[in-house]
Amino acid sequence: MVGNGALEQLKREGRIVVVGASLAGLRAAETLRDEGFAGELTMIGDEPHEPYDRPPLSKSVLLGKASADRTALPRLRSVDATWRLGVPASGLDMAARRVRLADGAEVPYDRLLIATGVRARRWPHEGEAALDGVFVLRGRDDGAALARRLADGPRRVLVIGAGFTGSEIASACRERGHAVTVAERGGAPLVGALGGVVGAVAAELQRAHGVDLRTGVMVTALDGDAAGRVRAAQLSDGSTVETDVVVVSLGATRNTEWLAGSGLGAGPRGIACDAGCRAFDIRGIVTDDIYAAGDVARCPHPLFGYQFLSLEHWGNAVAQAEIAAHNMLSESVDRVPHMEVPAFWSSQFGINIKSVGVPSMGTEILISQGSLESRRFVGVYGYQGRVIGAVAFDQARWLPFYQELIEATAPFPPTFATVDRRPDGQRPMDADFPDPSVPSHGPTVTVSGYSPADRRMTFAPAH
Amino acid sequence: MAGPLERTEPVVRIAVDLNRCQGYAQCAFLAPETFAMHGEEALLYNPEVDEAQRGKLAQAAAACPVQAILVDAVDVPAEAVPGGR
Repeated sequence: MVGNGALEQLKREGRIVVVGASLAGLRAAETLRDEGFAGELTMIGDEPHEPYDRPPLSKSVLLGKASADRTALPRLRSVDATWRLGVPASGLDMAARRVRLADGAEVPYDRLLIATGVRARRWPHEGEAALDGVFVLRGRDDGAALARRLADGPRRVLVIGAGFTGSEIASACRERGHAVTVAERGGAPLVGALGGVVGAVAAELQRAHGVDLRTGVMVTALDGDAAGRVRAAQLSDGSTVETDVVVVSLGATRNTEWLAGSGLGAGPRGIACDAGCRAFDIRGIVTDDIYAAGDVARCPHPLFGYQFLSLEHWGNAVAQAEIAAHNMLSESVDRVPHMEVPAFWSSQFGINIKSVGVPSMGTEILISQGSLESRRFVGVYGYQGRVIGAVAFDQARWLPFYQELIEATAPFPPTFATVDRRPDGQRPMDADFPDPSVPSHGPTVTVSGYSPADRRMTFAPAH
Repeated sequence: MAGPLERTEPVVRIAVDLNRCQGYAQCAFLAPETFAMHGEEALLYNPEVDEAQRGKLAQAAAACPVQAILVDAVDVPAEAVPGGR
């Protein structure tokens, strides 16, 4: 490839196929055109909608302040693509360089970007999941359906799972005046992503806003009436919650099934790729024509011990898409690694929650500014003596400072004097993350794979 | 569902990079029909607004101290996705 004009030819008349027409897919397409790709660009999407933005679905849409079918993403430039929407990809032939679609069509490529993302995990009992009034919230159609039902004025909404999405749904429902029960298997809301110390604040926040929060319980069954409408849920503590709307918020499943048998290194944890977003095949050899970006990708990150990170974050989808697109059109020495520090946000119960780094890797937390009691604070997470993450409740403007600490692998506990020195402010405590082997809604960051930092080696000199 | 080509009212699509947003609220003052603070720091916005708002949106996007507001840069009908509304 290198130096023989093949790259110029690819840019001039090559075929690039993007599977997944959401945020990552669109931003990749725009970057490809920005970087001078003049060939044939095909966008494949399983939903019949043009790329739309998901964050508003659990916020302004549920509050009735925006419409779910009016959430299309702004276009930063023209992409001049052929759009094949409403038909999912169903297979990949790596040798022939073709993507198979569910309608039998085949789309040939010279370079492929996979950005198929994740889907909401459904309620596991099929008959119960099919009851009228049982929802998930991931896509535009989900958002429209749930918003419609909320507008009808349900007597009670039951949210199963108190991760970020579940908590935002509960928040919107309370703001609309609906009675809300939240059932969470863990000890507190957000516990998988932020640990028990911060989770306790999230629990207080929910209760202060009138949520009937039940923690340490599982929903064991959903009951329907004769007309097939949900009417109640059975909980593992023996109690029953009468409800006419159930929102299942049990995290997400990666859309990789279509790659089964293709030879690509794809599975339930995502598509393994290198720091330049090039996908690995199942032999652990990196491909040079297949890239992955967004929620479906898992990439080694130098700041986090080269562990493979999958991030279900908006900013990560944008950053990886731009890097994958750039690298696709670059000679190997011109490629760039994906090194952005993970970051996400959530707004719920009037509080702006933002995070940088990977809090869920932390073992300890120190409240460096503000206080847990005031629900306005910054918490710093430590792992093996360094700062690994930070979370802010209504203190977003401080986060860039903490991001620098993470990037500089600054020591933990931090050595700076806190701005608002408090008696409880300088003492790290156990961050209280649940055992990751216990299933729950899970964090939106998954750390998986081999870490060189964990390697134990002994130098044994020969005599 | 109507496609963008069939729509009579031209619209502007926006998104806010809420990783960047730090709640300075300049947008909420300049384009209150589109942006509103939700609590002290969180921002709520309408992702699609009438073309008539474009001037105000441009002001809000320009005034954002952290440049977090993304506004449509292309003509919607010209980039329409067939059947993709």
